[in-house]
Order: sequence, then C-alpha cells, then structure tokens
Amino acid sequence: MSGHSSYIPKTGIERWLDARLPIIRLAHDSAVSYPVPRNLNYLWTFGGILVFMLVAQIITGVILVMHYTPHATMAFNSVEHIMRDVNYGWLLRYLHSNGASMFFVAVYVHIFRGLYYGSYKAPREVLWILGVVIFLLMMATAFMGYVLPWGQMSFWGATVITNLFSALPVVGETIVTYLWGGYSVDNPTLNRFFSLHYLLPFMIFGVVVLHIWALHVVGQNNPTGVEVKNVQKDTVPFTPYATVKDIFGMVVFMIVFSWFVFYQPNFMGHADNYIQANPASTPAHIVPEWYFLPFYAILRAIPDKLGGVLAMGGAIVVLAFLPWIDTSKVKSMTYRPIARQLFWMFVLVCIGLGYLGAMPADEPYVTISRILTVLYFGFFVALFIVGLFERPKALPTSIADAVLASANGGSAARVATATAAEPNVKG
Amino acid sequence: MAHATDTSTGTTRRDFLMLATGAAGAVGLGAVVVPLISQLAPDAQTVAAGAPVDLDLAPIAEGQAIKIFWRGKPIFVRHRTKKEIDEALAVDVATLRDPQTDQQRTKAGHEPILVVFGNCTHLGCIPLGTAPGEPKGEYDGWFCPCHGSHYDSSGRIRKGPAPLNLPVPPYAFTADTKIRIG
Amino acid sequence: MSRTSFRLALTGLAAGLSLAFFQPAAQAAEGGPKPPALSWSFSGPFGKFDRAQLQRGFKVYKEVCASCHGANLVAFRNLSQPGGPEFTPGQVAALAATYQIKDGPNEQGEMFDRPGRPADRFPSPFPNEQAARAAQGGAYPPDFSVLAKARTYVRGFPMFVVDIFTQYQEQGPDYIHALLTGYKEPPAGFPALLPGQNFNEYMPGHLIAMPKPISDGQVEYPKGPDGKSPVPETVDQYARDVAAFMVWMAEPHLEQRKRLGLQVMAFLVIFAGLLYYTKKKVWSRMPDGSPAH
Repeated sequence: MSGHSSYIPKTGIERWLDARLPIIRLAHDSAVSYPVPRNLNYLWTFGGILVFMLVAQIITGVILVMHYTPHATMAFNSVEHIMRDVNYGWLLRYLHSNGASMFFVAVYVHIFRGLYYGSYKAPREVLWILGVVIFLLMMATAFMGYVLPWGQMSFWGATVITNLFSALPVVGETIVTYLWGGYSVDNPTLNRFFSLHYLLPFMIFGVVVLHIWALHVVGQNNPTGVEVKNVQKDTVPFTPYATVKDIFGMVVFMIVFSWFVFYQPNFMGHADNYIQANPASTPAHIVPEWYFLPFYAILRAIPDKLGGVLAMGGAIVVLAFLPWIDTSKVKSMTYRPIARQLFWMFVLVCIGLGYLGAMPADEPYVTISRILTVLYFGFFVALFIVGLFERPKALPTSIADAVLASANGGSAARVATATAAEPNVKG
Repeated sequence: MAHATDTSTGTTRRDFLMLATGAAGAVGLGAVVVPLISQLAPDAQTVAAGAPVDLDLAPIAEGQAIKIFWRGKPIFVRHRTKKEIDEALAVDVATLRDPQTDQQRTKAGHEPILVVFGNCTHLGCIPLGTAPGEPKGEYDGWFCPCHGSHYDSSGRIRKGPAPLNLPVPPYAFTADTKIRIG
Repeated sequence: MSRTSFRLALTGLAAGLSLAFFQPAAQAAEGGPKPPALSWSFSGPFGKFDRAQLQRGFKVYKEVCASCHGANLVAFRNLSQPGGPEFTPGQVAALAATYQIKDGPNEQGEMFDRPGRPADRFPSPFPNEQAARAAQGGAYPPDFSVLAKARTYVRGFPMFVVDIFTQYQEQGPDYIHALLTGYKEPPAGFPALLPGQNFNEYMPGHLIAMPKPISDGQVEYPKGPDGKSPVPETVDQYARDVAAFMVWMAEPHLEQRKRLGLQVMAFLVIFAGLLYYTKKKVWSRMPDGSPAH
C-alpha cells in the first residue's frame, strides 16, 4: 500500500522541516492520505480503540504511581489512600483497573476478528505475529499490575503463577527463586513486579508501532478478504473516512467502559482483593482475572504439572503459527462454509473454557475442561485439514463490487456482513 | 430532513453538525484534563494534616529558639533577649529592603516571642541561627549559608540575595505561654 | 452434512455447559442460603446514602462493633466530608477529642497519648493482630475499613451477567445484614458446637467465632419529635444501618462517583449521536463526490 507520498508542504516552514525531518509527511501519509478499504465494518475500529486504551492506561498508570507506595506493608493502604484522599483518585484508579479489563475485551474482539477474516494470511504473517507478541506482553503487564494492590488475590495469584515456572525440569526451582528475589512472594517480588509493570507498557507501545508499520506496508485486510485492486475504486482516504468512524467506535466503547467505571467498578475484580495480602492463609477459590480464565482452565485440565504449563503456553503460541496452520487460500470465512462453523465452535469453546476456569477444580468441571481443551487444539488441526478440501463460495471480483452488490440488495453480501458483525458480541 | 440535505441548506447543516461535533469533542477533552490536573493538588490527608498546631512556649528560655514544623515547613520560634528586641526596634525601617517594623512582626504584649517561617526567601534553604552555637549572621538573627543572606533579630532581610523578610505565619496566643500556629 | 455436524456439536456443547452452569447453584445451596437482597438507598445509578442511616450506623459501630473491629483507614474528618454521614466539623472535632491517640516520641523519647484530632484515623481496639487473636480466643476480628467490598457470595450463572445491567453490587451489605441477623440454633444433626463456635445461617460453613454481637434495643437511636425513634430499635434495623455505614466506609466517594457517572454518560451518548450523524455525512459521498453506493 505504500504508494508515493501525496503530501505537499504548503508553507515555508513546512518545506524547511520537510527537507530535514519529514515528520509531517509521515503523519500525513499514515493518518490522512493512507488508503483504507471502503468496506470495513465496525470490527475494524477496534485497532484504534486499542491504541486509545493503551494510551489511557499509560496516562492513568503514570498518575497512579505518583501516589502509590510499592512496599509490602504499605501498598494496600496506599491504594486505599488513592481511593479516599487523592483528588479524583477513585476515578483514576477505577479507570486503570477497569481499563485493563476493557483493554482485553477490545483485544479479544480484535483477535477474533483477525481469525474470522483470515487477517493472518500472506502477506500479513509478520503483522499477525507482532500482534501475538503484544498479546503476550499485555498478559504479563496485566498479571504484574494485579499484584500491585497487594490484596489476597494479588499475593496468591503471584504465588500460583510464578510457581508455574517450577514445573520446568532442572532450572525450575532456581528460576522461581530468582523471580521472587527470596524464598516466597514478598516485598522484593512486589518491587520488581512494580518496576516491570511500569516498563512493559512502553515495550508494548514499541511493538504497537511495529505492528502499525507492518499494517501500513501491507494494507488492511477487509471483510471480503479480497486485496485492493484499484485504489481509486476500492479505498477511501483514512481522513476523514476512517478517522470519524474510528472515533465514533471509540466513543461507543467508552460508554461501555464508563458503565463499569462509574456503576459497576468492582464487577471485574475479586472481593478477596480488598483483603490485605496474608501469607498465612489462602482464599478458598484462587481465580485469576477473567481474561486469563480460558488459559487457566487449560492449565488445570492437564493432570501433569509440566504438561499443564506447556499446554497453557502452547494455547497462546499456537496462534503465532496460524498463518501456516491454515491451509486455505481464501482469507475471509464468510466464503468458507466449513471453516466458519469451526470458528463459531471455537468461540464457544473459549467462552466455555473461560467459565470453567472460574469453577473449582472438581468434577464435572475437570472432565469438561479436558474435552474443551482437546476441542481448543482440535480447532487448529481441523483448520489445517479443512483447508485442504473445503470448496469456498464465489468471491467478489473486487472490494468495489462487493460494496455495490450489498448496496443493490445483493442479499448474499448483506448476510455476510451481518454475520460478520457478530463477533462484536461474542468475542 | 429528507429535502434539507440536497440544496444549499445541506452545506449549512453539514457545517453546523461538524462544528457541534468538534465542539463536543473539545469539551470532552477539556473535562478529561480536570481530574488529571487536580490530582496534583494536595490530597485530603495532606490538607487535614496541615491543621493548626499548638505549642507550649514555657520551655523556651530567653535567648533560646526552637524549630517546629507546620504543613511540612519549618517554623522558628525565638524567645528574644532585651538586647535583641532593642536592636530590632532601633532600625530605621525606611532603609530596609522589605520595610516592616518589629511591631508588625510580633504580637502586642508578647514582644519577646518571634514566630517566623524558617525558609530563606531566596531559594528556600533553612538559615542557621536557631540552635545554640550556630552563626546568627551580622544582625543577631539568622544567616543562610547557601547564598549568604543575613536576617536580623526580627527576621528581616538585611544583607544578601534574599528579597523578602522571613514571613510570619498565621498564629495566635491561646494563653500566656501557648500559641496556636495555623 | 456439515450443517448437521455443526448442530450436533452445538447441542453437545450446550449440554455440557448447562451442566456446568447449574452445578454451582447446587453447590451454593450446600454452603447455606443466599443472603436476601435488600433495598438500599445507595443502589442504582441515582443512589445516594441516607444521612440519618449513616449516622445511626456509625452509632452502632461506635457503641458495639468498635470494641473489637477497627477501621484504620477511616479518619474522623471523613465523617464530615460531603457524601458521608455529614456530621458537622464541630461534632467531628468533639468526637475526635474523646479518643486518646498514641503520638510521639516527644523530646524525652517517650510515646504519649493525646486527644484525637479530626485528621487522626480511628484507633484500632488492639495494638496488633496477635494481641487481637490472644484476646479473642484465636479469632481475628477483621478491620471494617473496606470489609463491605471484601465480603460477597457467589451469584452464579446467569445472575452475574444480569448484574451488569441491573447494577446489582450490594452483595457486601446484603451479606453483612444476613450474617448479623443469621444467628440461630443449629439444626438437628449439626455437629455439637465447641467452645468459641457459634452457629450462623449465612456464614460459609455455618461456624463463626463471633458470638451474636447485638440484640434488640441495645443501641438507643435519636428520638424524633414524638419522643420515639423514627426507626425500630431492632437487630434487623441495626444490621441495615451498620451495613450501610460500612458501605460508606469502604466507598466514601460513592455518591460523587454515581453523580459524575451520570454526567459522563449523558455527554458520551450525545457525543456519540453527533459523531454518528457526522460519520453518515462523511460517508455519504466518496472522495470524488460520487454517491457512496
């Protein structure tokens, strides 16, 4: 998509700057004249929403640090100090804690959208893998952030998750001791998690820049999965078309976000985290934050310690190999009758695993978890096999044709966009 | 609505819509800034901790001075000698950089007691002269070692870079030998 | 054929999941009855505390609970801040002065007691957890500061989804009220209680170290103009009042939060509406001026 630049410096200052640091040209080419497929649906606004969430988390986070004390004996009370005494501290803290959840809501929609429309396929493999890297960094950041209030769930979550590394043969115990900086989760652990929780968002920001760079090299995928053929007919300039649409999507997302922040601020959290960390007593049910639950369920489904850890890691890493696992040449599942059904089953499996992750490790949950874990990985195997024999539906010849067909009441295309909008709800 | 969009009125409506949306966006951004900035102000705990402090003057003997803290700032309380008071009164106020009489800086009937903020008005160091043995400067008051400001026995600036006298904090006598600062 | 297999898979999955979903309800039933959901003045998007209720709740806390339970995050000054019980600053200063606060060290290097000031936090009834346990036969009376947010019960599916929309979040006060009113004789067949154990209908596992803390008429409420308290002086009412007070202690900015929330929501909805029409306008024509469709 990287065509020639359409930026024309107007004033003398702009010309002077452009010859030295063409930063306005860069901004113009990537946020104004950058061509966007004209048939994108609202699922494509989640990229912008994620950038917004990242910036919002960094801003509220930097401010919270101004009032927070990273010490095992003071962290819990300093968070309560923020909630009680700091001007608008309650707002900033609830924005940050609910913001983490909303960040994951948006990222899951974004991932499932990529999955459905085959956004991982050539030439977008690197773009997709960078996305998986961002997802992993997000998980690490969120996990360490949840430790900082030093409540019961913080402490025991940290204990359980760091203990995962002890499953590694030979070096496991040493790694865990080094993670803790002691012989149990304690003040040194809190301090290093605080340090890393501050660092990682900026690393995420860096990878996001790469992610957007890669995107602007290959161009956006679109609901038909048919690449842009004629820039004039198939695309619109980013500004104002995509900007106004993205901002609209963002504001609608903010309404949902605000609902939680102002009316249900503790819905996504766990009551036990309002009890200060107590190394002498473990809460009855250790449950990670909701966004980790599917992976937590996979971890517990495997009766072997190392096996569980590997399965959980594999459940994420397998995503990075999707470009080569999916054998079909057709991107959008709108035109893949069998893969589409597999996709929706996969969505249900993930929701099911999420539910099971919150349940106690008893029967019948363990057995169902095992079945769903097999189905989770089965999806990727099935995707490999189905691509070899599936007969796709007829693809539109171009993006412009697809738009015209849907505008003229071409019911096929309209139905396709309607189903395409659904991950919005389910993801 | 339907036929308002076609002819020239369409442009007006469009412009108005853009304007309203832009204005709403600006209002929203402005509102977001409020909590981000106001969190920088002292929090409720800090404000409450700045409540008035009571001090018993009885243990401070003539010629002695003590340093106490109010709102995190040092405050000098000096029980002045006759000589120091006379020196402070003898000064020709018109010659001072920051003209103030000694009467303006003490409470009537309690002239021996001088209460001033303990940060140099130059750049905020704590001048010497409170503890016994510390240099009191050329005017029997305080001497700031950072940049060489001299204060007299009424806490007024006499020499050096500082522009103003050591300010007198709000305080009142609650009894003969008791003051409340704040 | 693929469609049939899809339906089959869906049915199987649904069956499996519904099995999972209905199980926790059965389990919770074993743990004890769910606390009844009461009507609270502070629930919902327009919720506000009932000042009189918070003041009564504080009286119950001060006269009954505070002998064992601290509230070390709450300062006296909080009692007069907007959105709380809203005692006058004078009342708060007088109240604070009735407490002895440990301060120091003084110039002699000794800790000393002085009358409390509004900026002080509530002194804890025990110097530390070990002292509390020693005095309470091994049990630790939890601090009340955030307890209303730290206590909950399992809502289960589908209620936890419904709660997002109904804004139900009063599990804490509902549980606290239920616990205070839930002291009963153990049912037949319940293992004999050991010393220091009490039966409570709503406590998980039914065994609680705290004996029934309050009984009817124990706390005298302020009288109305007719010489009688406007609310009954019963355990049920005490429990409601102290639970409401605990919610305020745990979430002192609740009123401000909900009020600001309404303003933010109203703004965002209007802004989203404007953006929607702006977006439609922009997308109605292609860059070359041709109609979009």
